[in-house]
Amino acid sequence: MKKRIEDLTVIDNSKLAEGFFVIKVSSSEDLTGIKPGQFVQALVKESPSTFLRRPLSVHDINPSENTLLLLVQIAGPGTERLSRLIPGEKLNLIYPLGNSFTLPVQGERVLLAGGGCGMAPLLYLARKISESGVQPHFALGFRNRSRILTHDEFSALGPVYLSTEDGSQGYRGFVTDIPEFSNEHWDRVYCCGPEPMMKAVAALCRKRDIFCEVSLENLMACGLGICLCCVVPTTSGNLCSCTDGPVFNINDLKWQTSG
Amino acid sequence: MADLRIKIGPLELRNPVILASGTCGYGSELEDFIDISELGGIIVKGTTLEQREGNPYPRMAETASGMLNAVGLQNKGIDHFEKNIYPHLAEYKTHVIVNINGNTIEDYVELSRRINSFSAIPAIELNISCPNVKQGGMVFGTNPASAREVISAVRRVYDKTLIVKLSPNVTDITEFARISQEEGAEAVSLVNTFLGMAVDISNMRPKLSTITGGLSGSAIKPVALRMVWQAARAVTIPVIGLGGIMNAEDALEFIMAGATAVQVGTASFINPRAGTEIVAGIEKFLIEKEIDSVSTITGIINRK
Repeated sequence: MKKRIEDLTVIDNSKLAEGFFVIKVSSSEDLTGIKPGQFVQALVKESPSTFLRRPLSVHDINPSENTLLLLVQIAGPGTERLSRLIPGEKLNLIYPLGNSFTLPVQGERVLLAGGGCGMAPLLYLARKISESGVQPHFALGFRNRSRILTHDEFSALGPVYLSTEDGSQGYRGFVTDIPEFSNEHWDRVYCCGPEPMMKAVAALCRKRDIFCEVSLENLMACGLGICLCCVVPTTSGNLCSCTDGPVFNINDLKWQTSG
Repeated sequence: MADLRIKIGPLELRNPVILASGTCGYGSELEDFIDISELGGIIVKGTTLEQREGNPYPRMAETASGMLNAVGLQNKGIDHFEKNIYPHLAEYKTHVIVNINGNTIEDYVELSRRINSFSAIPAIELNISCPNVKQGGMVFGTNPASAREVISAVRRVYDKTLIVKLSPNVTDITEFARISQEEGAEAVSLVNTFLGMAVDISNMRPKLSTITGGLSGSAIKPVALRMVWQAARAVTIPVIGLGGIMNAEDALEFIMAGATAVQVGTASFINPRAGTEIVAGIEKFLIEKEIDSVSTITGIINRK
């Protein structure tokens, strides 16, 4: 699918938890060519300190409505402005950007491991996995009960195993402490979250020889493979996480092999 | 219709808008958004003789109305360029210029010699102003004697259009513009990025792996504009202005201050169509003002 710049229309913007929002936008163009794991670069208006676009994962696509969901965590003035978008406003996006997750094959057991806002790309991935006839399972970790970001869409697609760092809901600890993760057999693990969490997941997968792809959230300027700012050291040298990623197999990442 | 054509030495550009090195990749990255051939030219990213991995991540920090970068000339080297990149560049119906870099004068000379033989590359931009490498780059561009030496050496082996890209991290940029002219450059381009830095107060660490980096974007425009104005009054060769040009109005300011052409850089990160939109904006301005040719307003503020 060709990349495009488009003013999409905000249909809904709702608070998911304190500091987290889901923005729904509709397009006049067909959105179904977007692949799971891809992202958009959102232009933030009326925020003078926000010079660059904000990279955001595609959280979900609704083909019947031709809408796209973005899960946004307020991290600064740019995302704060996005959280105040109201229905009817335009949101200028460059999309779709980046590569995508490798879908499983029939009969495989797959686990989607997300940490915090990093779970954003996993919903659309789960939908695509489900459509391919494979049952997705979720292992999702959050800091505490008030920051849990799951919604009905997840449980509609597959079993959800939760962890919170303080044990206020689900298993106490990290995603990797969820018994279903460590005890059951998995053919593939897809992961997105904070870097320490992804490294822990990658270490576990490596130990058990599980296929594992992670989606990185490196700082970037352009999202188009031009500025070379979002590089990640890989076995093939420094690659752009915006065009060669954001999805990488853990075996290709240097941070995995070094520890 | 207004006449947008301008000349840089022997080169005629269809319009004065060039995409700046390091902000347009090799052109192909922008092909989903624009027709590269509608531009006056593109300057492909900083190339070196050997492959370079660049600096460690993080290489970027957003700042008020701008950004810092510390990429460090990541590229696959001239052999890879010739074999894998050049054939596609040769298809563009606009001028493709290569930005060249080296650690030593010998590196610059060897690279210029190689590129001199590429028939579809009519010009090089001699980068003596990269702030993000330990050797070469800005080291040459901030010392008048070194600048003269490298420009002179490249001039001897390179017989097409030579553009020298100047650093703003000097006391008097006109000195370097004059040296470029004296050593036979056809044009100067200015400014490269300003040396800057940022600190992440949450983890009490510099935001860039290299601590310092190059500042670009709207934040630098007034300073860049002043330097372009100064340089344009100091030399007779064309000055190509850049630094924070985000739209046609910005580009027109540079042209009126004395820039024969402009480069659009960081703007393409936010709007990949910035270059062609600026071409259209300049033309619209000229038509509205009933000005026949863009060259009519080049340096106009200096003539009133």
